[in-house]
Amino acid sequence: MESYPLFYTFHFYLFGIIAVASAILFVTRKSPVSAAMWLVSTMFSLAALYVMLDAPFIGVIQVLVYAGAIMVVFLFVIMLLNLGQPSEIADVRSGGWRLVAGLVGLALLAEIFALTRAHSVPGLAIPRGTAAEAINSMGAVGMVAGPLFTTYLLPFEVTSVLLLAAVVGAVMIGKQRRAADAR
Amino acid sequence: MSLPVLALLQAADPQLPPLHFWPWLIFSLIKLLVVFTLYMVAAALLTLAERKISAWIQDRHGPNRVGPGGLMQPLADGLKNFVKEETFPKFSNKALFLIAPMLAFMPALITWAVIPFGSPLPTRWGRVDLVLADIPVGFLYILAISSLGVYGIVLAGWSSNNKYALLGGLRSSAQMISYEIAMGMATIPVVMLAGNVTLGAIVMTQAHQGWNIVTLTLAFFIFMVAAFAETNRVPFDLPEAEAELVAGYHSEYSAMKFSFFFIAEYANMVTASALMTTLFLGGWDIPFTLWDNLPPFSVLKTLLTLVAFLGKLSFFLFLYMWIRWTLPRFRYDQLMSLGWKVMLPMALAYIVIIAAAILGLDALGVPRDWRFALSMFALNIVVVFIVFGWLDRGRIVSPASSRISAGELARLRTMAHRSTLTPRETGD
Repeated sequence: MESYPLFYTFHFYLFGIIAVASAILFVTRKSPVSAAMWLVSTMFSLAALYVMLDAPFIGVIQVLVYAGAIMVVFLFVIMLLNLGQPSEIADVRSGGWRLVAGLVGLALLAEIFALTRAHSVPGLAIPRGTAAEAINSMGAVGMVAGPLFTTYLLPFEVTSVLLLAAVVGAVMIGKQRRAADAR
Repeated sequence: MSLPVLALLQAADPQLPPLHFWPWLIFSLIKLLVVFTLYMVAAALLTLAERKISAWIQDRHGPNRVGPGGLMQPLADGLKNFVKEETFPKFSNKALFLIAPMLAFMPALITWAVIPFGSPLPTRWGRVDLVLADIPVGFLYILAISSLGVYGIVLAGWSSNNKYALLGGLRSSAQMISYEIAMGMATIPVVMLAGNVTLGAIVMTQAHQGWNIVTLTLAFFIFMVAAFAETNRVPFDLPEAEAELVAGYHSEYSAMKFSFFFIAEYANMVTASALMTTLFLGGWDIPFTLWDNLPPFSVLKTLLTLVAFLGKLSFFLFLYMWIRWTLPRFRYDQLMSLGWKVMLPMALAYIVIIAAAILGLDALGVPRDWRFALSMFALNIVVVFIVFGWLDRGRIVSPASSRISAGELARLRTMAHRSTLTPRETGD
């Protein structure tokens, strides 16, 4: 990707602008369905940016999990509860909260500016093209799967137990409702 | 382990260098244009094929007035849809109402980007791979994009502001989420066998050690059923069940916007068929020979592999239509229990079986060629025999004409009785 700098820069700004604009539209829309769709657009642009950073696996998983699964379930719930009408969920929080939100936003913006000025920690940065090399030698999935199933096997398994607990919890809640209905 | 396959893949490189930037760009544009045009023409002709095949199955003539043998019927239909009135329901969400048909169509189209459809074509400028983009995550890209197909239908249902459309949209999203999981799980054995997620590698592996339909029969079956459900075709066309929901999610659509949903359905069929071909029927591979997979590549090889690919594709398209005009529609609870209680556990168990078989065969030192394929085939015959024997007890899908036992009838009656009562009446 980096062998065509102009190509790279153009797409970086293209997807960057789309992501930021969609994010702004996402928080300002009154209708939850429109907001959800703008969030999907943000996810997509982020996925494109990941791909440009030589992380196609993360990019694809971003689309598969966030845009393809989580947001679909969000939409499903919004539609099922018929929250589609803007008036029903108008923001009722007071001006004080808005002030706090604005200040937090400013702080985050300042942090981003500080980060662009800062020198990066040498240990964190990998040489240019390392990721692309790794993809060529062991594939986009192998690059992630290798460390995940060797070095970080325990955290990975613990995470899966966490998810299992969540699934069991969801099934239990569903069963209770069913039992109450049957009575 | 999969070294011979990798060697096969890399063997293409030395004599035919990949393209430089500008020829690559130009060839990519040409490929895009050709694939897109053929795809659209195919979608149009498929509407005619559907009507002709349905007519053939029902012993009538089908459309035969426009052009020779009715060949220009899609054109006439298209023209009709262009000049029809565009309607907007009064309280619909205009923007989403407009976007929905496009969103229904786009995922099917962009999935084609990663499907290889022929052996590499040698040109003066280097090797032209007959795939629009052989990206390193090829296969996951397909899963990711096909999971987006649901947006068009859901948004169409919601933005129409019509209860039938909304119900159609909700059904569709529930159905697609359910079957997507089975579909993804059914493809894991394919990836395990290929040892790589790029579709080029999957095709090469199949050329070398037998098509996946032989080595992974049950996975193919699960994938096929899930693909039917994903494309909302009979027997899984619950989202647009006429008897219950008018026309489901596209009840409020007219003219070209309706037409777009129609095209999207056929486009989805073509893409799903291409996926089944690539993942389980060896893609563009010509069976029983490695001649087409090994260099030197020639124009003849490219053409023959193209024909092989299109032949397999057409078979699946015909299968789609055949099944549509043969089977009745599922009931909604049957659909859900089939997806969650049958397909998903089956796919998960199959992953374990196949993983154990691959480990075992590799440990026994079975080489990855026809011997490997035969051993896997023997295993699959056993598995398929057990599974189909178990499935066909009239429990999950009982045919409409079958005699129903007294106990089953009583159970269904109490079920219907219970669902018509409100919680208050049940004493809750």
